[in-house]
Amino acid sequence: MIKKLLSATAMVLALGAMPALADLKVGSIVELSGPGAAAGTNFRDGVHMGFEEINAQGGILKEKVEILEYDSQTDPQVSRALVQKAIDENVYAIMGTVFSSSTVVNMMVAKQYGIPQFTGSEAPSITAKGNPYIFRTAFGSQKGVPKLVKYMVDKMGVKKVGVAWANTEFGKGGHQAFIDEAKKAGLEIVVDVPSEQAQADFSADVLKLKNSDADAFFVYYTEEESARFLREARKQGISKPLLGETTLVGHKVIELAGEAANGAAGHVGLTPDANVPALKEMVERFKAKYKYTPDHNAIKGYIGAWTLKYVTELAGKPDSKAIAEKLHGLTLKASEYPGVLMDVSWDDTGEMSRESFFVKVENGKQVVDAILPPN
Amino acid sequence: MAELLQILISGLAAGSIYALAAVGFTLLWQASQTINFAQGEFVMLPAFFVLIGMTVFGLPLWLSIFLGLGLALLILGVAFKRLIVEPMLPHGTLPLVIATIALGLLMKESVKEFYGATAQPFPPIFPQTVYHIAGASVSVQDICNLIVSMLAIGGLQLFLSRTRTGRCMQASAQNPGVAEILGVNVKRMVLYTFLINAALATIASVLISPIYLAKFSNGETLGLVAFIAAIVGGFNQIRGALVGGLLIGVIDNFSAVYISAQYRSAMPLILLIIIILLRPQGLLGTPEGRTV
Repeated sequence: MIKKLLSATAMVLALGAMPALADLKVGSIVELSGPGAAAGTNFRDGVHMGFEEINAQGGILKEKVEILEYDSQTDPQVSRALVQKAIDENVYAIMGTVFSSSTVVNMMVAKQYGIPQFTGSEAPSITAKGNPYIFRTAFGSQKGVPKLVKYMVDKMGVKKVGVAWANTEFGKGGHQAFIDEAKKAGLEIVVDVPSEQAQADFSADVLKLKNSDADAFFVYYTEEESARFLREARKQGISKPLLGETTLVGHKVIELAGEAANGAAGHVGLTPDANVPALKEMVERFKAKYKYTPDHNAIKGYIGAWTLKYVTELAGKPDSKAIAEKLHGLTLKASEYPGVLMDVSWDDTGEMSRESFFVKVENGKQVVDAILPPN
Repeated sequence: MAELLQILISGLAAGSIYALAAVGFTLLWQASQTINFAQGEFVMLPAFFVLIGMTVFGLPLWLSIFLGLGLALLILGVAFKRLIVEPMLPHGTLPLVIATIALGLLMKESVKEFYGATAQPFPPIFPQTVYHIAGASVSVQDICNLIVSMLAIGGLQLFLSRTRTGRCMQASAQNPGVAEILGVNVKRMVLYTFLINAALATIASVLISPIYLAKFSNGETLGLVAFIAAIVGGFNQIRGALVGGLLIGVIDNFSAVYISAQYRSAMPLILLIIIILLRPQGLLGTPEGRTV
């Protein structure tokens, strides 16, 4: 009896002496339903793949990462509540959201608790609010749009331009950035057409653009809206160039719009078709795992996961505040930190800089036309 | 002029598809006092049946459409009547309305669960050719959508007025008691109505999905627009639903171009309020008395 008691006590003591086996918890809060589902699903899969690889290689600071997953339903208020829920469940970092309308609302909660948040959103306002805990996984449209406008003016000789955009937080950001840059470049805006979130019928919008004397059109919608717009543009026989950002020429758009996507062109921060070896390898692994071609959002999620690992290890501890401080002004070179795929830097606002691409859609595929330097 | 022509064609093409769904509202109301608030989801679902035929069974598009039609007749016609309408109807109209709202949610969430939340590309069934007529770009797809919808509704009108079965259906709708005394199998006639509604929903689904893309949430907008179209045109008249659908399609496009793109979705609702105030029975509807 005494022997049994002693051995039980010894076992309890031994277990108590072992290091804690608690995983590092990371919240993944993305749009898995609603208008943002296409973008959110890609981002979520990228995050999962990133952390699975990290766990397979020993985790972060030798601890496994556990992902707590939530569906924001593309609803800003739901996303805000879910960020709170994730923080209540002791996450030390948050991945998402992708839709800017949600991120501007939910990032205030993460800021309040000092939790670093890696967003896939591209609205300029997100890094302009002085939030020290928000970090992008792709640069904001205020950085991409100047590159596109320069290309339109210098390479295409555009003088008059029409603008079609989604009247949402995401759309407003891109629209304003484009209007500002167009003014600087001397472009004349001849028609300006806003549309509602998740709009299905674009016949009137396309007609307004078509009846203008613009040389080209800047189109700024989410992926599904872009696909519907492109189908309608094809139906009404718009022959002038349709230019935009990643959300016009992304793989999901090409899949949804079919032949109607051919001819569209734009600036993309990330593309699976870029001739970057690490990126290509990541895309192949993703395709093998999920049986579909990742778009830029999947790459953002993947880079977000690896960035968290690197910056946590650079900070030396999974401390939310230390991580946020370390990431400001940090540059990660792909040669030393292969998970980021391309050299990348963050400034004091959480905005990032990286090389980007100008692509055209030809025969249902993105074709990289030019590599644009970081700005 | 070219712009007007363009708006008119686009509006009529979209409106004719709304009309198909709106006719379903009026049919079910007349046959069984059913207000089907899952009508939008009835239009959303067959597109996924077609996609399942193509992607899971590897069938060609036309065969998948027949598969979709068959499944729609079975699920949205027979099963809907037997499992939802018949058990709920004896408890009054309101419980049935709530049951159809629940059914709509169930259908929407099921598609999201089993097929995914993202939009799916749906192959166009008509050529994507565009002709330029009097300065307007007229797409073959729009014209074909309009023709198919008109043929479906015209055919239904002829069937109801020119065939014995159609007249029996009308008799069953107008006075089921007397129709039964005269030897009409009222239950069967009501079933036919549900089958026709399922077929119309399938046609609308196949026509609209190449434009809207197939998505679980498509029914939200379609159901509301079709409901408004049915009220505006006249809830107890098929030709009323047709006129309501076309009118809303055209007004939607005109208001987006000439008034405000931001307020376009409010226009059908404003029209609805005006019609209810000025002509509660709808543009072509007939007033119905009710004993209280």
